[in-house]
Amino acid sequence: MSILIDENTRVLVQGITGGFGARHTRLSLEYGTKIVGGVTPTKGGQRFDDKVPIFDTVGEAVQETGATASAIFVPPAFAADAILEAADAGVQLIVCITEGIPVMDMMRVKALLADSKSRLVGPNCPGLVTPGHGAKSHGGCRIGIAPGYIHKRGNVGVVSRSGTLTYEAVWQLTRLGYGQSTCVGIGGDPIIGTSHMDVLRMFNDDPETEAIILIGEIGGSAEVDAARWALTHCRKPIAGFIAGATAPAGRRMGHAGAIVGGEEDTAMAKQRILAECGIAVAETPGVMARTLLDHWGK
Amino acid sequence: MNIHEYQAKELFDRFGVPSPKGKVAATPGEAYQAAKDLAISSWVVKAQIHAGGRGKGTFKSGFQGGVHVVDSPDAVRDVAARMLGEVLVTQQTGATGRLVRKVMVGESVSIRREFYLAILLDRQTCRPMIIVSTEGGMNIEEVSARTPAKILREFIHPLAGLQAYQVRKICRALGLVTTAGPFGHLLHSLYKLFIECDCSMVEINPVVETTDNQMVALDAKFNFDDNALYRHPEISAMRDPDEAGPLELAAAAHALNYIGLDGNIACLVNGAGLAMATMDIIKHHGGEPANFLDVGGGASTEQVAAAFDIILSDPNVKGIFINIFGGIMDCNIVAQGVVAAARKTGLALPLVVRLEGNNADAAKTTLNASGLDIVSADDIDDGARKIVAAVNSHSRNPDL
Repeated sequence: MSILIDENTRVLVQGITGGFGARHTRLSLEYGTKIVGGVTPTKGGQRFDDKVPIFDTVGEAVQETGATASAIFVPPAFAADAILEAADAGVQLIVCITEGIPVMDMMRVKALLADSKSRLVGPNCPGLVTPGHGAKSHGGCRIGIAPGYIHKRGNVGVVSRSGTLTYEAVWQLTRLGYGQSTCVGIGGDPIIGTSHMDVLRMFNDDPETEAIILIGEIGGSAEVDAARWALTHCRKPIAGFIAGATAPAGRRMGHAGAIVGGEEDTAMAKQRILAECGIAVAETPGVMARTLLDHWGK
Repeated sequence: MNIHEYQAKELFDRFGVPSPKGKVAATPGEAYQAAKDLAISSWVVKAQIHAGGRGKGTFKSGFQGGVHVVDSPDAVRDVAARMLGEVLVTQQTGATGRLVRKVMVGESVSIRREFYLAILLDRQTCRPMIIVSTEGGMNIEEVSARTPAKILREFIHPLAGLQAYQVRKICRALGLVTTAGPFGHLLHSLYKLFIECDCSMVEINPVVETTDNQMVALDAKFNFDDNALYRHPEISAMRDPDEAGPLELAAAAHALNYIGLDGNIACLVNGAGLAMATMDIIKHHGGEPANFLDVGGGASTEQVAAAFDIILSDPNVKGIFINIFGGIMDCNIVAQGVVAAARKTGLALPLVVRLEGNNADAAKTTLNASGLDIVSADDIDDGARKIVAAVNSHSRNPDL
């Protein structure tokens, strides 16, 4: 098992013919992911790299391919529309990679998705990976932009806002010989579809996941909410890291969501609350995996 | 992105949010003319900088206060002359202060009561939140800490918008009776402005109830969502390049995310999360980061070269730590970019490079074969320790 996606998940790519989308579609295909269709309005009927059928609408693509997940690579001005189209077509898992979507757009999308059966991951996220069992984790499901080969199939769930910091944690685990069940990048924007807590719940219920790394940063209260939930509900060992201890207050640190507003959303405050909730807090980003293994008794 | 008070007034006028009459001026002469043109009988002169606490601030010249109420156009000119071209230091500017390039000349209104009003996007509920308080003119964080009962929060459904009953509820909480109508008008107009201009926050502190039963916005602080500026060219045009540092401007031109800090170890990192984490680990090992610099998840050679130039322009920098997790991109290309940039600038400072990911071994070979004094690191921890050690020994023996 894994969460959200596995080796058999059938995946669409919205924006498959754009430079960014095309590049990562090829990498996912090379990784062994079942990319079954692409969507680019006006290019329906063509094939991507002579292989993957392209459709004009998400509805047609879902009907023809049986896809249950979609990766969105469209430019920011069109991304909210793309998410809503995927939800309308009944796509179960919508992963929005696009960075730079206006927050007002996401506010409306979030309100509209409240009544939908679709789950949104992102936006402004690296996506998800459930590693495969082949060499360098080949044969897994890679939705988004993460490097596939750094993974290894195993029993650690990883959830993080940041892309490269997720890769850092995954690589540390893999080098120490510990694989991952699923790695979820939830995104760095102020309004995102899936929270740290949502992912913790899924890891808690997943029999393959035995331990969890939770990576957060300054701004908002999502990590704190997740930690408080974990204290009373999560049966699995968790290690955490919060980036931004040295960030000056009031400045946006790259991610639109990474800005210290009040006393509760500083790195120090979050680290303290995580520790109070029984999470082993890594002192530096260099020891995220090590901290988990110590806490886990490995 | 932030704007000046006089620019906020332009937006208020466009959306029908009442505010005192006012004009901006860049010279004492313009200020005098503005004072005469306004056809008012009591004037206030306000220094225009992107920082609060102006009223209690002090100019480096010794002149007290960035906000003055005066009684004639001549006095407006005299006060403007003492502000323009001078550096104002307030609680929020830090010791360096800000150069005043413009002043706003406005009508001084007679105040009966002051209120606090803000609209911001609440991350937890993903909805706009209106905050009001009877404690206008005060620091809202202090009010919140000391008398939380004096603050009302009202959440707005993003698809339904601000409802009439919510305005009545807010007026009731503020104890408004005769001025409930004007306040409701102000609030509806401000909400429309907040949504249509893609604000992430707008704060009016204070909203003033005047002695003739008007409601006016006396001061305003705006934050705009940078991601939405593409659809508001008129707001983008309000950006004041003088309020951003020159290095931050240069970084923006190369699509780099740079924020200058007070330390001496420059960092060049891909990805915002890893960039923050790199600053943290430098501090953990006893160093002080000189900047936040995110070259993006998939940095190009050109960006790395431009980033190198920018961090070397900071005179406080005594060492550089490059930390790249190149998952997809070729680390060797980054390594070649680093070597080229280091050769071009004549590397005089310790440089530690950690390249992980795709083609990392070839990258290490490139760095080692360059003949340059580049220290390569095995991982983020190793890299942070090495740069801190190098900078510390370099500053003890500056001739080495």
